[in-house]
Amino acid sequence: MEHASGFVLPNSGHNRDAEASKMGMWLFLFTEILLFGGLFIVYMVYRMINSEAFLLSSFELNVTMGTINTVVLLVSSMTIAMSITAIQKGNTRLSVNLLFLTLAAALIFMIIKYFEWSAKIHHGLFPGMEYYENLPKGEGLFFYLYFFMTGLHALHIIIGAIIIAVVIYRTKKGLITPERYTLTENAGLYWHLVDLIWIYLFPLFYLIH
Amino acid sequence: MATLSTDLNYLQAKKGLFSWIFSVDHKRIGLLYLYSLMTFFLVGVTLGILMRLELLNPGKDLVEAKTYNQIFTLHGVIMIFLFIIPSIPAVFGNFFLPIMLGTDDVSFPRLNLLSWWIYIIGAIMALSTLLFGDGPADTGWTFYAPYSVKTGTNVTMSVLAAFVLGFSSILTGLNFIVTIHRLKTPGMTFLKMPLFAWALYATSWIQLLATPIIGITLMMIVAERFFGVGLFDPSIGGDPILYQHLFWIYSHPAVYIMALPAFGIISELLPTFSQRTIFGYKAIAFSSLAIAFVGYFIWGHHMFTSGMSGTGRFIFSILTFLVAIPTAIKVFNWVATLYKGSINVQTPLLYALAFIFQFMIGGFTGLVLGALATDIHLHDTYFVVGHFHYVMFGGTGFAFFGALHYWFPKMWGKMYNATVANIAFVILFIGFNTLYFPMLIAGLMGMPRRYYDYLPEFHLPNMISTFGSWILATGLLLMLGNLIYAYFNSKTKPGRNPWGGITLEWQTQSPPPVQNFDRMPVLPKDGPYDFEHKPTIKE
Repeated sequence: MEHASGFVLPNSGHNRDAEASKMGMWLFLFTEILLFGGLFIVYMVYRMINSEAFLLSSFELNVTMGTINTVVLLVSSMTIAMSITAIQKGNTRLSVNLLFLTLAAALIFMIIKYFEWSAKIHHGLFPGMEYYENLPKGEGLFFYLYFFMTGLHALHIIIGAIIIAVVIYRTKKGLITPERYTLTENAGLYWHLVDLIWIYLFPLFYLIH
Repeated sequence: MATLSTDLNYLQAKKGLFSWIFSVDHKRIGLLYLYSLMTFFLVGVTLGILMRLELLNPGKDLVEAKTYNQIFTLHGVIMIFLFIIPSIPAVFGNFFLPIMLGTDDVSFPRLNLLSWWIYIIGAIMALSTLLFGDGPADTGWTFYAPYSVKTGTNVTMSVLAAFVLGFSSILTGLNFIVTIHRLKTPGMTFLKMPLFAWALYATSWIQLLATPIIGITLMMIVAERFFGVGLFDPSIGGDPILYQHLFWIYSHPAVYIMALPAFGIISELLPTFSQRTIFGYKAIAFSSLAIAFVGYFIWGHHMFTSGMSGTGRFIFSILTFLVAIPTAIKVFNWVATLYKGSINVQTPLLYALAFIFQFMIGGFTGLVLGALATDIHLHDTYFVVGHFHYVMFGGTGFAFFGALHYWFPKMWGKMYNATVANIAFVILFIGFNTLYFPMLIAGLMGMPRRYYDYLPEFHLPNMISTFGSWILATGLLLMLGNLIYAYFNSKTKPGRNPWGGITLEWQTQSPPPVQNFDRMPVLPKDGPYDFEHKPTIKE
């Protein structure tokens, strides 16, 4: 910012600083990891107390659907990474297309999630339903944590999708250019985190037998 | 330099309410925080005085048991989440961190404004519990399960408010870390930063890495209240001790969020008023990081009586004692700074000295509580209440007031009446110690905390304590009145550097221009407290 007396402070909070934005994003990602970290602790403690019940309940989950979703998210992580490379190399159109692919992956993930959740709810496994209330305590906790943690993760998917949509919009408006693409990078960082958390959720709920 | 006089300072630059509540200027945001959190502070003080009034005599005087529980809970929630956690970072950190680093704003000015708005929303949520349903939560500020899951009072809203306020705290911390990394003026390295910036740096990391845990824990309380799935309620298979662990994993580091910035303030006040370099700059800087780090691993000392294993208690106790080392390093260095300095006794220095005295009492009583055997006797007694208030109010609170008196001339370009300020300080100091020292004694005698009534043998210390609360309130009102009077009426212009300070904020005008500096700030030759080569400052 220029001062009336004509001198300019070398470091200004109002300068464009891509490094600072990325650093801020990384710090924010730490907080996200810790947010899920609290839940992982709770999961670990109750898994140790109710290992039998958790094991039994985990057979209720559909491993095939979970696997498909894992692949979908991994692919979406790849497409968004490619989109960043595309804009770095100056190919704005390709970048946008790859972002659309990422969005599509997010949508597929949510659709599969929807079918998984509604199957559980159909079986009365949601907290408050009659069948759920009669489950042994440990199994109840398993499904509760399942809904809480995958639900929070799904919320992150939605937020991530909104961010990606904003990136698409801004790229099309010409606000994100091959010279200025920090927002794309930050969206990518966020999306990788969402993917990463799923990489932990998937084995914890579906695979440990 | 004629053009300079036409520069408007940050207070005059724009007019109107909206130019304040939507300002992205870190100085204005600092003041927004100051005004809002002082308001909540006074609400908290009023609740505190009400409690002391109830405890003046044994038996029921003023309020019902349940109302009393709600009062101390709201007092705790307001003082912890609305006042002391944001206090020094949000007000003085926002205002002075960029100036001390020689830049014109924080790294993310708009995010900074957002933090304040989130803070205000959280505050409204916390206070709204007064208005509907069964009134404010009556669980204590710790929201311990299973009671917090079962009580009919507005726990859900209080807990959501704490969640929202935590978010504001995280964003401020994030902003400061990036600012410190990216915006130091050329020539200023990490080891040439003022110690206040170091303290904020350590604090910000705790804000960032501890707060999410409480966020998710409080969400689980809300979920438990809605669905009753047995996360924390033992009658349906939950584990209340797990809640205590999760709560203190955040809330113990949080006491360092409250204390570390105060250490930073003291490290600024002492060199200025003894006109010599700080003793042990690196030791003070790194001990902040050490406290922040060790502070993560000692939460279990809040739970010595919760049925933890002997080994667990032993380890947490040892680690707790470890924190005393970096803290003592600071105190020794502060005292050594005063030694052979040319001491200039002004109001801010008085607050700094009171800080050292009171914080030491707080620290030593902390060791008593950290030791396993004595803690069994003192757990949940007034000793804990006394200890906590000595650390938080006698420590951080006094540092906050010291900072307010130190930077008042810089923030508003006016000078307060020093005599009145000193008198107010003496009253405040006497009132504070009369209020809280008897609590330590009542605690040793075995008086449990969080009851609206007590046995007749505790009458004397409680009576003295209540008298103390009146003295304290008088001192507070006189102090604030003096500052407010100066704000409206003072004609004394303090100039750029009324105290002979050396950090960069004293090189600019009082109050600072919108861009903070009217000429390029000059760094002292050998580190931030090199009083031997102090740059000369022309008016």
